[in-house]
Amino acid sequence: MAENTRSNQHQATAPADTQWPLWEVFVQPPKGAPHEHAGSVHAATAEQALQNARDVYSRRGEAVSIWVVPSRLITASTPEDMGPFFDPGNDKPYRHPQFYKAPRGVKVF
Amino acid sequence: MSDPALVSYLLRLGDDRLVLGHRLSEWCGHGPILEEDIALTNMSLDLIGEAALLLKLAGEQEGKGRDEDALAYFRDAIDFRNALMLELPKGDFGFTIVRQFLFSVFSLLQMEALQRSKLDALAGIAAKTVKESRYHVRHCAQWVITLGDGTDESHTRAQHALDDLWRYTGELFMADDIDREVAAAGIGVDPSTLIEPWQAQVGEVFIRAGLTVPKAGYMQRGGREGRHTEHLGHMLAEMQIVARSHPGATW
Repeated sequence: MAENTRSNQHQATAPADTQWPLWEVFVQPPKGAPHEHAGSVHAATAEQALQNARDVYSRRGEAVSIWVVPSRLITASTPEDMGPFFDPGNDKPYRHPQFYKAPRGVKVF
Repeated sequence: MSDPALVSYLLRLGDDRLVLGHRLSEWCGHGPILEEDIALTNMSLDLIGEAALLLKLAGEQEGKGRDEDALAYFRDAIDFRNALMLELPKGDFGFTIVRQFLFSVFSLLQMEALQRSKLDALAGIAAKTVKESRYHVRHCAQWVITLGDGTDESHTRAQHALDDLWRYTGELFMADDIDREVAAAGIGVDPSTLIEPWQAQVGEVFIRAGLTVPKAGYMQRGGREGRHTEHLGHMLAEMQIVARSHPGATW
């Protein structure tokens, strides 16, 4: 039990992630759709990240192409950006082109 | 050509992959990091899948009603025809990677040649295996370089693995009457023809990894005739226990 207690303490003070650097994985599905974020993997090098991504995210024919990007290079918005970034601007009708008449013969989605 | 030679040849191909696939599967849940655990078990499944196809074909050619499960689970060590290198215990991660690299380059060359086999079923299996082997070579070569060119400890472990494994590599390329007969019929490939490209390919990676290829010396042999190390029996006991305790069980 003494052993357990010590290792628990160690875990509590150790950094949350002691593994290799994290990489974000983007896979392109067949039929030419754009790359989509699939998840992330740990790897020491870019080539290793690519191989790990292949093993984790594309074993069942999901992908025709894979991108890996070091997670630390991604600049992301924060929850505080919610208001100024993502306000839909419903008071600016010119952003929502629903008022155009679709010509005959054009399928309206 | 007599059928027994072809059956023996197919058993050698299948057993190599079954035994190595099982050794790799021993890493499941024990990999050094989650991603590599998945990679090792993926390669293991590739090898076991290849073995299933090859042993099924061996059973069909034999014509005694044995399927791939009968051949995998109900033969004893003396009836296995894998090369000795593949049955050695999995060792540390360095040993596993160096062995996998040595075999994967061999397997790629062998299966590239077998794609032209006059036995259509074998040519088909070879085409599938080439794709998988190519990835195994890529994955393992990268690891060999990472370990060999890494820390003092990773370099030492990789070099020890290479030193320990080298004396088992010769057996992969030793041709006997069975190999020559099957090769002459246009069905198989004479393994002795693969040694030069193999040495060139593995040598190039070992140079980049800063690892020293051991001097040619005495080479162990016996697996192709059923003379195995003590390790295979222990491995088979574990691999076969469920199938033998519950014959015909399904789930």
